[in-house]
Amino acid sequence: MNLAFDLLLIAALLWSAGRALTTPDLFRAVVLFIVFGLLMALAWARLDAPDIALAEAAIGAGLTGALLLDALGHLRGPVRRKSGLIAPSTVMSSEGAGPPAFPTYFLNGLAIVLAVALGLALAGALLLLPEPAISLPREVAAAMDASGVAHPVTAVLLNFRGYDTLLEVAVLWLALLGVLAVAGGRAPGRAPVTPRSARASLKVPRLLARVLAPLALLVAGYLLWAGAHQPGGAFQAGAVLAAAAVLLNLAGLLPGGATPRWVLRAGLGFGLLVFLAVAAAVMGQGVLLQYPPAWAGALIMLIETGLTLSIGLTLAGLFLALSGASRQ
Amino acid sequence: MSAGLLYALAGAALFAFGVAGLILRSHPLRKILAFNVMGSGAFLVLVGLGQRDGTADPVPQAMVLTGIVVSIAATALALALARRQREHGNDKEERDA
Repeated sequence: MNLAFDLLLIAALLWSAGRALTTPDLFRAVVLFIVFGLLMALAWARLDAPDIALAEAAIGAGLTGALLLDALGHLRGPVRRKSGLIAPSTVMSSEGAGPPAFPTYFLNGLAIVLAVALGLALAGALLLLPEPAISLPREVAAAMDASGVAHPVTAVLLNFRGYDTLLEVAVLWLALLGVLAVAGGRAPGRAPVTPRSARASLKVPRLLARVLAPLALLVAGYLLWAGAHQPGGAFQAGAVLAAAAVLLNLAGLLPGGATPRWVLRAGLGFGLLVFLAVAAAVMGQGVLLQYPPAWAGALIMLIETGLTLSIGLTLAGLFLALSGASRQ
Repeated sequence: MSAGLLYALAGAALFAFGVAGLILRSHPLRKILAFNVMGSGAFLVLVGLGQRDGTADPVPQAMVLTGIVVSIAATALALALARRQREHGNDKEERDA
């Protein structure tokens, strides 16, 4: 029974991903990609990974979907410059016109053959892998007492592999800087006019946003607190916060824009700074981000609170900068 | 075959789908979709392979959790660049015309 469900889910995953990449209509492709994200969330639930399922549903399907739908209005239409190896072929009727030449067919066929070979090689490598010499779940379970939290994924994220998470938050912050640099700072006259139809599909009733945004705050607080002993934590809580901001923006209650003021800028960096401060404070022990066991729980909660705020602001900022830049 | 290994194999297939889409489709939005499909495939391989013996493994799960956040950041940056490129291309054509 479980196997049948897994096979059905995998078939649906492959179908939605394949259709998102092959369907001629870009709007349909984006909607199929959102469906793909929701199916991925189901797959994570099947793989005993509720933390990832939460993050995938909120970020992979929700926020990415909002970003893509917003970008659709700006990127739709034929590609103007035809350059590079592969010219648009007939299957891309909505993306570029013109009959394909013979070398195009040959090169497309070659690319498909190579991709299939890559997939088969990967699958073969997965099947031939030897059993791992050490069991990571056992190692994690053995060290849980010293971690300061009761949920293994949170312990790995913020204690055992805190270094990775620190760098990851820095990457997120850098990406936002990149988006602000690219999307902002343009003269208002040069901003493209958003097609009315593209924005109309993203309208949200004000009443709905007014009811849902405070609820989202509550849910984010709960997820942050729950992360210490069950699925949840800073990433999921931050994603819910960002979703509330996107909702308010779509309802017209929160302006977008690519030039945040200094209070907002401080909030964007706050989580990273708290994380860095804690890392520097415990450095005296000789190892980066190794907390004293008695303080571990409190320090992790402190870092997670800062991260929730900054991740929420950053993820919201990614959307607000991109959608706001077009309405100046 | 365990569920973990099954999903890891599905991840390998998704990765290959993404690579093919990245090469074959010319539209920047489609390339961004393909890149995200590749990412999802890699995540499935990581988590699925980590728990092919049937027990949940928190280490790859935590890595993938951060990976999802990085991938939306990369997607947003790619969308911003794609929009800038399109505007830039239009400007150039207007000058040429």
